[in-house]
Amino acid sequence: MEDLKTFLIDKVLMYESDTLSPETNKVLQQVRREKTNKPVIFVSTGTSSVIAGSEKTCSAIDTYIKENEPSAELVHVGCNGPASYEPLVCIQIPGKNKLFFRNITEEKVEPLLNGVFHNDINEDDLAGQTGTKGFELWSGIPFMDELPFFANQKRVILSNCGFYDPESIEEYIARGGYRAYIKAIRHYTFEEVCDIIERSGLRGRSGGGYLTGLKWKHALNTTSSARYLICNAKESDPGAFTDRTILESDPHRLIEGIAIASYAIGASNAIIFMRSGSDHAKNRLQKAIDRARDFGLFGHNIFSSGYNLDVIIRVEPGAFVCGEETALINTLEGKRGMPQLKPPYPTTAGLFGKPTVINNVETLMNVPLIMQNGPEWFRTLGTDNSPGTKVFAVAGKGRMSGVVEIEMGTSIRTILEDIADGIKEGKEFKAIQLGGVSGSFITDKNLDIVIDYDVLKKKGIGMGAGGFVIIDENTCMVDLVRYYMEFIRNESCGKCIPCREGTGRMLEILEGVIRKPLNEESGTTLERFKGVMQLETIASVMKDTSLCGLGQTAPNPFISALKNFRDEFEEHIFDRKCRANICRGLRTFSIDVDKCTGCTACAAKCPVNAIYGTRLQPFFIVEEKCIGCGICFDICKFSAINVK
Amino acid sequence: MGTDLDIILRKYKQGKREDLIPLLQEIQDDLGYLSEEAIVKTGRFLGLSTTKIYGLATFYDRFRFFPSGKIQIRICHGTSCFLNGSQTIINKIKEETGVMPGQTTRDGNFSYEIVSCMGGCCNGPVINVNGQYHTHIKAEQLPELIKRLKYVIEND
Repeated sequence: MEDLKTFLIDKVLMYESDTLSPETNKVLQQVRREKTNKPVIFVSTGTSSVIAGSEKTCSAIDTYIKENEPSAELVHVGCNGPASYEPLVCIQIPGKNKLFFRNITEEKVEPLLNGVFHNDINEDDLAGQTGTKGFELWSGIPFMDELPFFANQKRVILSNCGFYDPESIEEYIARGGYRAYIKAIRHYTFEEVCDIIERSGLRGRSGGGYLTGLKWKHALNTTSSARYLICNAKESDPGAFTDRTILESDPHRLIEGIAIASYAIGASNAIIFMRSGSDHAKNRLQKAIDRARDFGLFGHNIFSSGYNLDVIIRVEPGAFVCGEETALINTLEGKRGMPQLKPPYPTTAGLFGKPTVINNVETLMNVPLIMQNGPEWFRTLGTDNSPGTKVFAVAGKGRMSGVVEIEMGTSIRTILEDIADGIKEGKEFKAIQLGGVSGSFITDKNLDIVIDYDVLKKKGIGMGAGGFVIIDENTCMVDLVRYYMEFIRNESCGKCIPCREGTGRMLEILEGVIRKPLNEESGTTLERFKGVMQLETIASVMKDTSLCGLGQTAPNPFISALKNFRDEFEEHIFDRKCRANICRGLRTFSIDVDKCTGCTACAAKCPVNAIYGTRLQPFFIVEEKCIGCGICFDICKFSAINVK
Repeated sequence: MGTDLDIILRKYKQGKREDLIPLLQEIQDDLGYLSEEAIVKTGRFLGLSTTKIYGLATFYDRFRFFPSGKIQIRICHGTSCFLNGSQTIINKIKEETGVMPGQTTRDGNFSYEIVSCMGGCCNGPVINVNGQYHTHIKAEQLPELIKRLKYVIEND
């Protein structure tokens, strides 16, 4: 191990020429497991795989290896992308291409491995093969990158994910890692690195789309005794998991990006701000940082360049608003995570009043690649104004879900129809929710919009952090909007009034819409209508007057749902009907006289005593009293209760 | 218990304001919750008033001030799980345990919390019971699951 470390440092990281010597390449091939004479089994072990049961798969494989194939090696890799295929197992027989098998749960392990080792492959579990130069092809088996899920993607920053052991720094270096960082600190000045990134046209991936190089220059040009770099890995939008996948699958590239960014702004302290509850990602990242420190990539006078850097991890204590820059800084300073008025921007006075650059995970992942391949290469990807790629977490009702990376300029239709392969179970498509709780809905008339900062901005759609939720006909839009509003109401920090009161009031009104008024006679019906009419006004006031992005964007889901699904809102309000049959409060129940045996079970359980009758004779429900809870429906053994 | 607290405090030699959150997180990881004693001691150590610390800790969701139950259930309520019906799961658990999210049942057996996304979006609704994931969970399965967990605790 020690030998390999010195070898990698001397012959790879410190090697002056861009092309490595053939002897070195030979060793690196072995480290990458491309030249090996034993079978290797790769199992993805990201959070989504663990949830699907990959830990059990791993132990089953371990037992199998011990009993039957002692020469084989089991490697835990990161997540490859298609979450619907988890647990994904990849097997490399010496000299042959890698084979991928999907949904390999515990009990499937033994038949699968028996088959593979005895040349009798079960086609049902097979996903595809990936080619390595000089390796024998499997005939009649499709290539992974020809599958629609991968063929329409452009995996650049995710290129390593799922192909190497994220806990092994050696493998990352063997894949060309950390060379860009060492080159930067030894041969470039701070300004030169900022220049390269600015020329590449890289824009912040968290939604705003500000030029990253320019942001760095602002911080660099502010005179100060210390500067900070913060990597914002606080991704807590419900339904977004891109950052976590990156942290779990390729932590070293992120660390390299952080290191280069810190160097570019002259910061000697970098902080990774993580979300709570993802211990798996945190452990992997911590291990990666420790290994990098062990290799001398952090610390004092790194590789005799005179540059010092230390990287630490901080875990957020649980508040959605902490993802906002100024709130994040307050949290790191040990205060309540409440946003502040900008300017001053963090690049002039941020953490402890010092210039601070805050970049998100995806932005920083691009940095090592730009340094390696040059800004011109980056410009060839994507569109003129938005070069590069964008990562999305595709989830919801699509046939495929998972983490996908597409080139900027790809249409939303491509992601929906080709990558996600349409809607599950042949249901009707309704909308796509782009950008999490602060995003908007995209309906079928807007599906041909391409992913590009300026195009989306013109249409009034925020790119968001990478949530891409597919919604089918079985979802009630009013209920979904209420769900987002409930989330924001809970997470509003309470500092400014429009957000604190506005979210609460909007939630109250929306909750009124999804249930029947309790009393028809008194003023409640009128109040309900008044509330609904106020919704749009409240939304616009919140948009204009809230202090931070959380409040300003909070009404977005509502506004775009109202624009696109006005008829559904009206149905709820006027007809008291929910077409998706989700809103329980709008249902009416009645008892089928022929089926009811008069067992009294429903009457005993009804929380509002709305069911009357005589024992052993049919009962009836008083509609005015019924609150539509559905308890009677669940409890009836004779299916005598009808729902409308 | 008191000695553990001292060991944790000793790690943060300088005792600055920015150490407050990591310190509280570490105490919570160790104790399972923030006790009154811990908050008072931390305040004395950092030179901050107890109300300040309490005010900060209540702002964030992750800090708890009561011990969690022996069985800790986390329910995913991300968009994807929501679309697959996590609301009925939450309602059912609320009904079964009789407490609100973040609270602990009186016998100290159960506590549950709602989290925004666990990352198992294609397997929703997902719940996590003491670190063990359960996927594609249905409300009808919960009473059985809770009964089984109760049995495990009582026979431990």
